[in-house]
Amino acid sequence: MENLASIFVKSIFVDNMIFAFFLGMCSYLAVSKNVKTSMGLGIAVIFVLVITLPVNYLLENYVLKEGALQWLSPSLKTMDLSYLAFILFIAVIAAMTQLVEMVVEKFTPSLYASLGIFLPLIAVNCAIMGGSLFMQQRAFNNVAEATSYALGSGVGWLLAIVGLAAIREKMEYSDVPAPLRGLGITFITVALMGIAFMSFSGLKI
Amino acid sequence: MSKLISDKTKAVFLGPLSKNNPITVQVLGICSALAVTAKLEPALVMGLSVTIIVAFSNVIISLLRNTIPNRIRIIVQLVVVAALVTIVSEILKAFAYDVSVQLSVYIGLIITNCILMGRLEAFAMGNKPWESFVDGLGNGFGYAWILVVVAFFRELFGSGSLFGFQVIPQALYDAGYVNNGLMILPPMALILVACIIWVHRSRNKELQEK
Repeated sequence: MENLASIFVKSIFVDNMIFAFFLGMCSYLAVSKNVKTSMGLGIAVIFVLVITLPVNYLLENYVLKEGALQWLSPSLKTMDLSYLAFILFIAVIAAMTQLVEMVVEKFTPSLYASLGIFLPLIAVNCAIMGGSLFMQQRAFNNVAEATSYALGSGVGWLLAIVGLAAIREKMEYSDVPAPLRGLGITFITVALMGIAFMSFSGLKI
Repeated sequence: MSKLISDKTKAVFLGPLSKNNPITVQVLGICSALAVTAKLEPALVMGLSVTIIVAFSNVIISLLRNTIPNRIRIIVQLVVVAALVTIVSEILKAFAYDVSVQLSVYIGLIITNCILMGRLEAFAMGNKPWESFVDGLGNGFGYAWILVVVAFFRELFGSGSLFGFQVIPQALYDAGYVNNGLMILPPMALILVACIIWVHRSRNKELQEK
């Protein structure tokens, strides 16, 4: 349990998807113009991460890894399918976003109205794919750890995008040099936020 | 040959290098651009890999463009790209293992690099293979040069070296010069890209926002 909490907190603050690894930057910059929409996108990212990461974890450990197919028959002990990881992960992500979209549309139309437009965007969000690839690299012990990592990364992403959106809303009123307006100043803001987040490094529970 | 390099093709190739640069103007593919630029070598390898993958996935999608059903085109595109990325990643693992370790997950993340999806959707779905190939090359190089410039400054000031060779003389260190540790850290990449955007937009006034 302690371990789960530690993974959760670490993935929010220390290994923040945006500030430490720049994942999901494209939609992060494009959709952070106001707090409400960015909140919607952030929640959609958490949602999809928490669903796809455990699925990919199971896939990795019971199908792809070297010797992972042993549960089928002992003769498959030396089978190594890890070169298929990219294609399978992205297929799972694309299929899952489609599925989530359909389920949400059917059962909670109000949630669909606010999340709907973001879901197709998320299939190609690097944060989701990055989550799966980092999961593969870090070799978590069980599904619970992977899920806790997914939840933490998602919350970290939400925190980052809502923070940036709030700053950008205020920045509308300031007088920025013309060539820096829009994209340029957003980059510098993100960099300053990143430096602030670096003060969390070394955080332990 | 004159037909191959017509004015339109030239514009398709040169546009993304400056006026329509994927990073500074279209804001695509930022994730990997920032993460791999602490050193020059991985940045160069990353730029080349992306160029190759964009060019060839553009050609493949352009050849298939009339047969792909519209509803599943995203998945088809993703599969084509993922296959190409797998090939590149295996080649890197075989011939440039050190670099592939440094690039770690970012090679896999080329799949979700927005430049790819952006170019496939915006260009390859509606143009002939040759033009798509040129468009892919143009966007790939437009992406690569920004990466190389950012990596050049980060490696020079952060580690005092270029391609791993020390360029700042030892005498300077003896005289009290210190590497700027901040350059190696992730936020500095953002600030450098912001500076490139600043210079680029003050020279091309029509790109300025509002």
